[in-house]
Amino acid sequence: MAEDARRDERYPDIGDYALIGNCRSAALIAKDGSLDWLCWPRFDSPSIFAALLDTDCGGRFRVGPAGPYRAVRRYLPDTNILETTFTCPSGIIVLRDLMPVASETEQRASLLPEHEILREVEGRAGEVEIEVVYEPRPDYGRETPRLVDRGPLGIVCSAGRGSLLLRSELPLHLTPDRAGARGVARVRAGERHYLSLSYSIEGPAVLPNLGPLAAGRVAQTARWWREWAERCAYEGPYRAAVVRSALALKLMTYAPSGAVIAAPTTSLPEAIGGARNWDYRYCWLRDASLTVRALFALGYGEEATAFLAWMLHATRLTRPELQVVYDVFGEARLPERELSHLNGYAESRPVRIGNGASAQLQLDVYGDVADAALRFAVRGGHFDRDSVRFLAGLGQTVCRRWREPDEGIWEVRAGRSHHTQSKALCWVALDRLIRLHDEHGLDIEVDRFREERDAIRTAIEERGFNERLGSYTRVFDGADVDASLLLLPLYGYVTATHPRMQATSRRILETLAQGPLVHRYARSTADGLAPGEGAFGICSFWAVECRARAGDLAGATVAFEQLLGYANDVGLFAEEIDPKTGAALGNFPQAFTHIGLINAALTLAECQQQVTPADRRLPVGSR
Amino acid sequence: MNWGGVILWGFVGTVVLTTLMSGSQALGLTRMNLPYMLGTMLTPNRDRAKLVGFGLHLINGWLFAIVYAAAFDSWGRATWWLGAGIGLVHALFVLAAATPVLPGMHPRMASEQHGPTPTRELEPPGFLALNYGRRTPVSVLVAHLAYGAILGAFYNLA
Repeated sequence: MAEDARRDERYPDIGDYALIGNCRSAALIAKDGSLDWLCWPRFDSPSIFAALLDTDCGGRFRVGPAGPYRAVRRYLPDTNILETTFTCPSGIIVLRDLMPVASETEQRASLLPEHEILREVEGRAGEVEIEVVYEPRPDYGRETPRLVDRGPLGIVCSAGRGSLLLRSELPLHLTPDRAGARGVARVRAGERHYLSLSYSIEGPAVLPNLGPLAAGRVAQTARWWREWAERCAYEGPYRAAVVRSALALKLMTYAPSGAVIAAPTTSLPEAIGGARNWDYRYCWLRDASLTVRALFALGYGEEATAFLAWMLHATRLTRPELQVVYDVFGEARLPERELSHLNGYAESRPVRIGNGASAQLQLDVYGDVADAALRFAVRGGHFDRDSVRFLAGLGQTVCRRWREPDEGIWEVRAGRSHHTQSKALCWVALDRLIRLHDEHGLDIEVDRFREERDAIRTAIEERGFNERLGSYTRVFDGADVDASLLLLPLYGYVTATHPRMQATSRRILETLAQGPLVHRYARSTADGLAPGEGAFGICSFWAVECRARAGDLAGATVAFEQLLGYANDVGLFAEEIDPKTGAALGNFPQAFTHIGLINAALTLAECQQQVTPADRRLPVGSR
Repeated sequence: MNWGGVILWGFVGTVVLTTLMSGSQALGLTRMNLPYMLGTMLTPNRDRAKLVGFGLHLINGWLFAIVYAAAFDSWGRATWWLGAGIGLVHALFVLAAATPVLPGMHPRMASEQHGPTPTRELEPPGFLALNYGRRTPVSVLVAHLAYGAILGAFYNLA
């Protein structure tokens, strides 16, 4: 069984990674200073380094002590600049990793590389021997490039359509096969050295300066992130965790389109050695409503509006039907393929790219999109004629299709069922469209929407509620629950204090929870794959919200604080958590989990009457 | 000289040359972006550089068309293969003679010997512009052959 598989110790724990990025692409760096995952030029491009998925052939870029050390990490306050302090027997060095970012004005005033990773090594005490290992393996490790040392211009190789350039103040030499570069140097207290890795598709490439100008880019990047973090309007409890989650979410936002990806990785396993390995480098419409809620409430209206704009643009190819997942520019075809040449993280095979969920029917996405649209309108947003037509078409599609079975929120691969949560979100879709018409003057015909909305509720209450169990059920006429039912009060289908919902929450906690952690469904649920996965971070945060809304504020607060304890050392969450060990599982970090954290904190703050002014303005009942 | 022909076919030839170079970029044959390279002589703003560079590139296309037309007029004939022949010489000149001296002319281009400085950060093209991809010479050659062939085929002698 997957859980019994022997752990390959050559792979760091998933939670040992931290993320850096520039709102276009992202990189994962392990505690030992090894950059093990990087896709350029954008999140879902083929990888340049993929030791994360195959330590032998994936490629890496390590800067760290050559000997033994103890590592402590943090992000520089209110930034996405990662700082790792290595304490070694002979001294202390600090490694700062970042992808430089600059304001529009700064970009207009100077030449900057299209994409860059800057690594700053600072000697803090004594003298430490530093090792640099540079092994680019483009196209998910399928290419072994031939590196060329151009002296002062740097070490160059081609990668895909572009050129990869490494410039270093530490001495490096090419390996005999020219497939990599290595170097060892002693760094003394007070010294500061830079390594810059850049990628260009256009020639001439910009050759990044090192030395004081590189220090300037570090300062510029820190300033950019701090200014962004300062815009956070949230002043309630757990602010540090909320701001860190917002910063993580921003790292997973593709700035040119406004899309928010689910995670910057593919195929990190939901169980070590297992086959539940998926590519999350895409954008799920399901995240729309909760993402927009979180962004608006934190005062990031620009980002929320950009996400809405992406959503309206992305869905053009499939209207009036909605697909579950799109890429950052709205491409709807994301064929799923397996990369058999990669061993997978700790032998977790297969490694997949693309996502087969794009071909599934998941009716709940209609509710998410309509709810996001209402939140936009409540914030004063206006829809153009095309968007109004889109929203009307969305309602008509729901009326036509809500009676169909679907794959549901969990994207099961065991066939379609009548999922209660999908039906409830269809109710939400029509309810929000009616409210857009009634309260915001949206020019759409809603008479049929009212009839169908009532019919959906009747169906849910008759077939989605099991009188014998006294609970809503996972599927119509079913006898078990799943964590998606926790969303019913969060979307305003039913209040959390309603007896039916209270009984459902109780049953979910009894059957699916281990402490504060909540599994998405019972292990016995057939989902088309071998069993074995962790508890879901997002479900655990939904449970916090339900408890708080049901009046158990103390219990919700305790559970929330326990959940915060499962973040890694720099405050990041994966998709799942192993209830036995507390280890992170699945793709990392996961936007949806961080959105769950933010929304749970907002709910706790609301329940404690500590909401921020920006938050009070949102009158949507489903908050 | 047939100025109308120079303006019209110089423009068409330049558009085709630019399209072929952009296509080569999209196909991963070369990274060389001529308008960007020219535009960064005047501004560090990447987007503005491409726009300004495109204008400069178009003017260059017309200036070179005058040279081509002068050659046709002096020979008393203009054919596609004569034009392509001049295009071949033109491409070889660009690759072998013009690009090596570019770091000396371009105010933001670094030199092979000294690397980047605070004011000179752009990658120099190197011999035959190979720094921009090893198929760059082929792309430049094909684009200039097309440019010359268009001028030779459609330019009517005065």
